[in-house]
Amino acid sequence: MRHTISITLVLSILWIVNSGYYTPLLLSFGLISVLFVVWIAHRMDVVDHETLPIHLSGKLLAYYFWLMKKIIISNIDVARRVWQINPDLSPKLKKLAITQKTDMGRVIYANSINLTPGTLSVDLKNDYVLVHSLTSDGIKELEQGEMDRLVTELE
Amino acid sequence: MELIVSIISGVCLLAGSFLVLSGVIGVIRFPDFYTRIHAAGVTETLAASLILIGLMLIAGWGIVLLKLILILLLVLFTSPTASHALGKAAWKSGLKPTNLKQRNEDRN
Repeated sequence: MRHTISITLVLSILWIVNSGYYTPLLLSFGLISVLFVVWIAHRMDVVDHETLPIHLSGKLLAYYFWLMKKIIISNIDVARRVWQINPDLSPKLKKLAITQKTDMGRVIYANSINLTPGTLSVDLKNDYVLVHSLTSDGIKELEQGEMDRLVTELE
Repeated sequence: MELIVSIISGVCLLAGSFLVLSGVIGVIRFPDFYTRIHAAGVTETLAASLILIGLMLIAGWGIVLLKLILILLLVLFTSPTASHALGKAAWKSGLKPTNLKQRNEDRN
């Protein structure tokens, strides 16, 4: 029930933001389409904790602030290497163990690795993620496991 | 006040554009496919965010601001997935990263 309410809210907000017209006719069209999509989503059986991770929303905000800092630092680092005359790259590929239990946690972790330039998750399995890094420092930082721990705490 | 906001917005747009340029030059300069994805990552994370934030600052309160926020969220959710798909496709089809000898051990 909570998930149905939240998908209806999200879809309504999306419709209102993208429409910009508030005449009764168009609003009722919007309402009909929202209800239609909610009905389809129910029939497809996709209205659950995975499409609407409302249990995460509170903790997610603090995590995104931490991630934003990491994104800025790593962006500056990669941009600096681009402009170096002889960029000191030491590309590395390594399997890292992951501690997340749920698919959602693993996806958040792999996406966070990809959002920080310099590290790229190449393959994701149940117990490990294969990471390609622009420098060996990138792998070392992930091995220390701060990001892994923070994502596991989100679950 | 308006002047300060437009100056901050200009700084954001300029920094974002500079990062886009850095990303493009990185894609050309870096040695192989995997390192080039990292360079492209600069344009799709901080550069895109800075340009969109710069636009948000001059958009003012209204529907345009909300649409820009939606675009930013969309970019931040789809771009890491896209780079993962690219990297995985290259890896599965056997593209070898440079300076990598233990590849056969890692690849099961």
